[in-house]
Amino acid sequence: MKKISGMAIALMLFAAATLILPVLMPAANAAGRNYISIVGSSSVYPFATVVAEKFGKTTKFKTPKVESTGSGGGLKLFCSGIGVQYPDIVNASRRIKKSEVKRCAENGVRELTEIKIGYDGIVIANSRKTDRMSVSRKDLFLALAKDVPSGIGESLIQNPYRTWKDVNPSLPDIKIEVLGPPPTSGTRDAFAELALEGGCRKFGWIKAMKKKDKKKYKAICQAVREDGAYIEAGENDVLIVRKLEANPDAFGVFGFSFLDQNADKIQGSIVDGVEPEFENIASGKYPVSRPLYFYVKKAHAGMIPGIKEYIKEFTSEKAWGPEGYLIDKGLIPMPDEEREKFRREGKNLKTFSM
Amino acid sequence: MNNSGIRHDSSGTRLQLIKAGLKRRYAKEKIFKTLGITAIVIALMMLTVLFITITKNGYGAFQQTFIRLKITFDASVIDPERTGDADVLSQADYGGLVKKTLRDMFPEVKKRREKRDLYSIVSSGAAFQLRKMVMDDPGLIGTTQTVWVPADDDIDMLIKGHIKAGEEGTGRIKANEAAWVNTLIENRAIEKRFNFAFFTGGDSREPELAGIWGAAVGSLYVMFVTLILSFPLGVATAVYLEEFAPKNIWTDIIEVNINNLAAVPSIVFGLLGLAVFLNFFGLPRSAPIVGGLVLTLMTLPTIIIASRVSLQSVPLSIREGALGVGASKMQSVMHHVLPLALPGMLTGTIIGMARALGETAPLLMIGMVAFIVDIPAGIFDKATVLPVQIYLWADSPERAFVEKTSAAIIVLLAFLLIMNAIAVVLRRKFEQRW
Repeated sequence: MKKISGMAIALMLFAAATLILPVLMPAANAAGRNYISIVGSSSVYPFATVVAEKFGKTTKFKTPKVESTGSGGGLKLFCSGIGVQYPDIVNASRRIKKSEVKRCAENGVRELTEIKIGYDGIVIANSRKTDRMSVSRKDLFLALAKDVPSGIGESLIQNPYRTWKDVNPSLPDIKIEVLGPPPTSGTRDAFAELALEGGCRKFGWIKAMKKKDKKKYKAICQAVREDGAYIEAGENDVLIVRKLEANPDAFGVFGFSFLDQNADKIQGSIVDGVEPEFENIASGKYPVSRPLYFYVKKAHAGMIPGIKEYIKEFTSEKAWGPEGYLIDKGLIPMPDEEREKFRREGKNLKTFSM
Repeated sequence: MNNSGIRHDSSGTRLQLIKAGLKRRYAKEKIFKTLGITAIVIALMMLTVLFITITKNGYGAFQQTFIRLKITFDASVIDPERTGDADVLSQADYGGLVKKTLRDMFPEVKKRREKRDLYSIVSSGAAFQLRKMVMDDPGLIGTTQTVWVPADDDIDMLIKGHIKAGEEGTGRIKANEAAWVNTLIENRAIEKRFNFAFFTGGDSREPELAGIWGAAVGSLYVMFVTLILSFPLGVATAVYLEEFAPKNIWTDIIEVNINNLAAVPSIVFGLLGLAVFLNFFGLPRSAPIVGGLVLTLMTLPTIIIASRVSLQSVPLSIREGALGVGASKMQSVMHHVLPLALPGMLTGTIIGMARALGETAPLLMIGMVAFIVDIPAGIFDKATVLPVQIYLWADSPERAFVEKTSAAIIVLLAFLLIMNAIAVVLRRKFEQRW
């Protein structure tokens, strides 16, 4: 019995010692970090991680750490300051906003390098058990927007459409049921901007509103209906694919790489007459595609080992070229000149300005 | 049925009354028993379904498809100037050796596009495997060796029957790839083997190379920090509150707060960790030390409550006996009460730890939900933990990660079972009955 109590006392002393550690830690932490820290978009995550892994395996540098925080959350962390405790690189599925650049500058992060890595198509897909659908962006807007034009003058009514046939008589007579990402997702932002707003602009009077009242225009064009026809299925795209398999009448919205990996189970709908295929997205024919970026803190380039080499790996032809390993993972490459431009800018760490 | 009533009744009516009620009482008992058994059966059924589904989905990941290659370690490719320098050896084009071997195996493949398809049936990890072989034993240069290298994840899925070689444009496997795989099967040059990489490797974006060991080590570090902090702190708190503290409004407030803390959602502790440990103390992001500190906060209330209950169950006679023969209060607690209560405390601790092992939400805020390839080297290194690894794999587009996810769940469950088994053994060993 005495033994056990002695052990307990020893453990307590040990715990007390460990508790003091955090207080002493900042000194140890300031000593440095010998790996690159990357945060940001979950859409760029699949590509950044592949590059990070190859980089770690083929160079003398440590494998970078990649966190999937979403574009907004990542930029917030990235812009918190200069120093080893802040990330060196942020991935983004949209361009950095003016407000974010300002926030960065306030915290001393003044010089950034912007590198566009390629494109990501956003597809609307359903199960292979049913027919493939061919929609226009206008159909998508009418099916999914919160308010739609009433048809009488320049007025709006709450979205009355229940089936795809209601929207457009040439579409099938099935209930509108679309599974997609929640508003916090970059994919959702891009879908609203490219698909819904793209369709919304087809109405002349709404388009005219853009000049007069941009806020209202955006509210009309990008608001998604909340009556159950659009179902927020979380950030997990794998889950959406599984749900589509189980429910052949439902459609899902997600990135092209998920369609690419699951092409035996699901099919992408034709949008504005263009199939969501690799070549069509690469050539810009497919209307719902967005660029992907990452941003580098210039001040960190000399501080953390390997940043320049990481950029070199990411911008090499064997990674992002038309036959590179990122393309196998579903990235849509940029045209040759654009790749060359960003490769050069990455090499020289060209300072980015809005 | 009370006695005073029976005394006044004649014996005949008494019996009648009892008999009349008997049937109903038996029926009630029967219904209750049936309901109890039904509940247990339903619970067991659900558990069985869960285990069967996970095992069915996951056991495949313990095996991996390998392809046999006859690799010629050509000196003119690896080390053309015969320097024997480690840098030269590590930079050599081992991917080229794999490609050349594949071309020799299928000489009919001529077109550029077809060649690309052919190269894709072998995992990109093959080149790293060859590099490691040469680095370990430079004597291999110039020899020809039979090497089993991992197949690409799509080929793995094809061999395991999870995907079919479909019609053009619908499947991941093209017709020509399926034909090559068939040739390999005929030549017995492709087979499923035990997947060591899964148990020894870190995370990877190539499913065939991805392993659970990095996350398991991360979990061990986090659990270590949590245990050495929360157990002594929790026990000391419980002993003080139970044995020494005066009963007044302050101890009442503390007690209510501890009970409340036990019910706080874990993500809140994550936010606290972000604000205090990362922003204020400046501890590194994604490090097991911070994960351990956050989970300590989360498990402390559980341990304190369990320890107090355990102390309360030590009979008063033990304390009084010790005091009676002249022990001080401190001696009576340390020599008699604490050792007797320790088994219960350990059980509480292990249950708290098991809960901490399965947490992801608080770790999200402190950056442990991350892609980390290297096996963590210490509590200040970057790391992730088992449940986070499961979450990250579940979210990956590659089909082969579906079975990896289930396999990782099996590993996590095994961890939990071991911890619970330890709890049971400890309790059995030290348990005292009065």
